[in-house]
Amino acid sequence: MIQARALAKRFGDRRVFAGVDLDVPDGGFLLVTGPNGSGKTTLLRVLAGLAAPTAGELQLPPRHTIGYLGHEPLVYRELTPLENLTLFGRLYRLPERGERIGMLLERFGLWDVRHERVSTFSRGMQQRLGLCRVLLHEPTHLLLDEPYNALDAEGAMLLDGIFDEPRTWVVATHEPERVERQATERLAFA
Amino acid sequence: MTYASDVAALARKDLLLELRAKETLPSMLLFVVAALTIFHFALPNGTSDVAARGLLWAALIFTALLGLTRAFVAEREQSMFDALILTPVDRSAIWLGKALAVFAFLVAAEVVALPAFAAFFHGLNGRTVAAVALADVGICTVGTLFGAMAVAGRARELLLPLLFLPMAIPIVVGGVGGFLWFLVLYDAIFALLSWAAFEYVVSEV
Repeated sequence: MIQARALAKRFGDRRVFAGVDLDVPDGGFLLVTGPNGSGKTTLLRVLAGLAAPTAGELQLPPRHTIGYLGHEPLVYRELTPLENLTLFGRLYRLPERGERIGMLLERFGLWDVRHERVSTFSRGMQQRLGLCRVLLHEPTHLLLDEPYNALDAEGAMLLDGIFDEPRTWVVATHEPERVERQATERLAFA
Repeated sequence: MTYASDVAALARKDLLLELRAKETLPSMLLFVVAALTIFHFALPNGTSDVAARGLLWAALIFTALLGLTRAFVAEREQSMFDALILTPVDRSAIWLGKALAVFAFLVAAEVVALPAFAAFFHGLNGRTVAAVALADVGICTVGTLFGAMAVAGRARELLLPLLFLPMAIPIVVGGVGGFLWFLVLYDAIFALLSWAAFEYVVSEV
């Protein structure tokens, strides 16, 4: 359950958003839309616990149950996909991480390049790896900021597939038509 | 045990990143050897041991600063703090893993720097080597904390030296004077403070 009351965020004198009320029940899907600079990214960072709200009340699930994908894929570029996922598997204390990592790399089409450095990847492949990292610890709450960024048609279809999984979703996107079917709640920034 | 394995995984990651990028350690080695060479030719013959030791400490502090400046490059450029903070790892483990990696780079630089100093100047005694080893602990613990603080700041290239160099003055005083007890005390106090403070440095929350 993600719940917010009168949530506000400012950077100095600049108001990013104010008066945001949210109720995303377990298993719900919040679709966040709005133009560039309207506060979508900042809201997701606040909901991920990465930034503090300036005002309002916020109820978040435990940190380790959250998976967050920002504008960056949040992987080390000088490591390989296997090294990145092994590191995060250790940090998330996954018991049988080898099997899970292998399954995710296969699923997102990265198995054949698992020993190559991420810095040699296209932005789309990095985004796929970012999705693997986010799903690695099987989070119950997924916060995705523009997840379709840089993905080709095949990558976008792979991403479409994960939205049917029973989790709590908060997705900010400029392509709302792709997730309109799953959305149970909507928040539109002006 | 979990805390130790988290720290080990994070430190190993930094060593692997450096092994691949080969940016920090070669720069530190080149800098410290160049600095000692310049000091060798700049100092007149018959210079006292204390003056030479002072220059060794100046070279080591600036070499460490070079390493600390590079310590959080991946976290800054690839926003990796976000990913690390969301894991269930104790945030101080992130600091300790990074401090251990910086310590390894500094020791590797000193393995070359100390024999170079001994060759250029008046040899090297055990007390100086012990002081350097103790100083490394203080440099890495305090420097890593300030390195993380500088990542969040806008003028980060200026912020780290401004924060770190004043805090390095006691290390130089203890090192040049050979006051090992003072360095032990410095290490204990500032390692504890840095360990406790890191939590508040890496997140707004």
